Amino acid sequence: MTAVFWCVLTRDLTLALRRRTDVLTTLFFFVIVVSLFPLGVGTEREVLRNLGPGVVWVAALLASMLALERLFAADYEDGTLEQMMLSAQPLALLVLAKITAHWFLTGLPLVLIAPLVGMQYHLAETAIWIMMLALLLGTPVLSLIGAIGAALTLGLRGGGILLSLLILPLYIPILVYGAGAIEVSGIDLADTRPYLTLLGAFLIAALTLAPLAAAAALRISIE
Amino acid sequence: MALNWFKFAAPASFYPLAGRLIPVFWVLTASTLLIGLYWGFFQTPDQLGGSNPQKDYYRIIFIHVPSAWMSMWLYVVMAIWAAVGLVFKTRLSFMMANAIAPTGAIFTFLALWTGAFWGRPSWGTYWDWDPRLTTELILFFMYIGYIALHAAIDDVRRADRAAALLAIVGLVMVPLIFWSVNCPDPNQCAALHQRSDLTKIEGNILFSMLMITFAFWMYSFATTLMRLRGSILLRESDSTWVQEVVRREARQ
Amino acid sequence: MLAVRQLECRRGDRLLFSGLDVAVPAGTLLHVRGANGSGKTTLLRCLCGLFTPDSGEIHWRGESIRALGGEYRRDLLYFGHANGIKGDLTGIENLRVAATLDGDRPDPDALWQALARSGLAGFEDLPTRMLSQGQKKRVALTRLALSRATLWILDEPFTALDVAAVDLLQSLIAEHVAAGGLVVLTTHQEVALTSGQVARLQLGD
Repeated sequence: MTAVFWCVLTRDLTLALRRRTDVLTTLFFFVIVVSLFPLGVGTEREVLRNLGPGVVWVAALLASMLALERLFAADYEDGTLEQMMLSAQPLALLVLAKITAHWFLTGLPLVLIAPLVGMQYHLAETAIWIMMLALLLGTPVLSLIGAIGAALTLGLRGGGILLSLLILPLYIPILVYGAGAIEVSGIDLADTRPYLTLLGAFLIAALTLAPLAAAAALRISIE
Repeated sequence: MALNWFKFAAPASFYPLAGRLIPVFWVLTASTLLIGLYWGFFQTPDQLGGSNPQKDYYRIIFIHVPSAWMSMWLYVVMAIWAAVGLVFKTRLSFMMANAIAPTGAIFTFLALWTGAFWGRPSWGTYWDWDPRLTTELILFFMYIGYIALHAAIDDVRRADRAAALLAIVGLVMVPLIFWSVNCPDPNQCAALHQRSDLTKIEGNILFSMLMITFAFWMYSFATTLMRLRGSILLRESDSTWVQEVVRREARQ
Repeated sequence: MLAVRQLECRRGDRLLFSGLDVAVPAGTLLHVRGANGSGKTTLLRCLCGLFTPDSGEIHWRGESIRALGGEYRRDLLYFGHANGIKGDLTGIENLRVAATLDGDRPDPDALWQALARSGLAGFEDLPTRMLSQGQKKRVALTRLALSRATLWILDEPFTALDVAAVDLLQSLIAEHVAAGGLVVLTTHQEVALTSGQVARLQLGD
């Protein structure tokens, strides 16, 4: 089981490293969206500090959304997805491996670049740490839930736009608690605890349920 | 409903049954709606009582609350039919879920619309990011997502099953979303919307509210069955019984 | 070993076939024939479990393939219209992933030898997108040589192959059938399959 998980994970990472631009596009999309906000709402320190957490999370949702379309599409086109579905391994395990790879390529870079964005928005140092932690817990949930939508819209015309219509509402709890944790960190650091605990709980729930749902969706879509 | 649904799970036997039931539901809709509206306008006090002294405009409650109830209830019903379809592979269940979605979306929209009109005089704004309003808006997006996904897939079988799975995922997520917007700060929870408690409501107000809820429910049955008959005809168009039905109705 | 009972499949509104009964004993090749759109690919996808038939049962060693699940898929090798190889991976990497998915622990030497037998010596560590259509197909067909599956389901395996590759594929199929394996295949080309028992199934009329 672990051998197969590892095999699919390294396969997807290898593929992404041979097409590096795809990974970088997502990252730069995130940076550009975040950088455009101050130009629209003004560059006052106080305004930016208040907007920062929300903007970062909304940009993270969009960036993760943007990359989701490709999660299964390439494998669907060249028939390797079919081969995965016909392997003796549980499909949910393979899907989980693919989602993990997707997170390494789109979620993790966002976590790592977060301090830079935090400085753009004049966030305090503690707020930046909390932001990284919240993103670390929250972005995997985005990939997990998004995988269900990606599987449902597989191979459809205009699938990308449809995908955002289906999935963005489901991201709300992550948005609320992810941004909330950063805001609260300015008042009392101890108050961030329930937020992060909730994000962790979402992560565990999504880890157990989302791969099963995404696998079921793939079986429906591949017919 | 004391109907044996399994006996009528075949579209061919369900189609005529639905045809006979639709007029009944329309009559029930019209009569209870009239009673409910009459009672709501003429037999209820001028003010919403107790700690909540709102003037005549509170009467929007008779449309607002029933449509909000129906919007949520219909989503649950839709998801249940979707689940039944996925488990038992019955075509009619998917068609049922499909037929419910537009009615549910209409009620959700109605609840938001009337809510805005009620919010203006009582809160001084058409829209507020109140938890229930937000959740109702999300519920509207969910209905739209279901309808859009179904419409985007050409293959009916895949469309049915994919949309059904989405409805079930939505059913799991809606309480979570409601909870997260209701309680954005887990350290302390508060909400703008009044806590509702049916036992504290004045009897006449409650009566007309329940009357209109019943009317809306019957309306949902009527419109769902009508839509269902339409999609049965479309999907079974190559079967002999549908061709007979079409021939018979063309002669009339 | 493979038994199909009263199978019915639809695509959209169209009935492809109904009441289909087929039995394929061990050591047999089943050649599925029919015009374009007669449901050959759908039948093959049904046999793989990728497509759920509207009614009917498919049994493998006496048990329903739905109930068998992963156990059935372990015995199965499917070769579809798409090659099922990644253009950005080399031939060796593609085969290693495929073997791992089948639950094998691939021996690198065996992979190199198998590729050489497919006439791809010297191309092993090029990304497969640099190869020609026929060569890509050869990479995909190398899976047959490496596979331990009993049941091969091949959808149009002969298209885009040159004469040498056709010979190679025929000998692979012949060996598999002689060893007691099952092959279900579709092909428009008339390919002489000499060895073993050959059954034919005509779809549509």
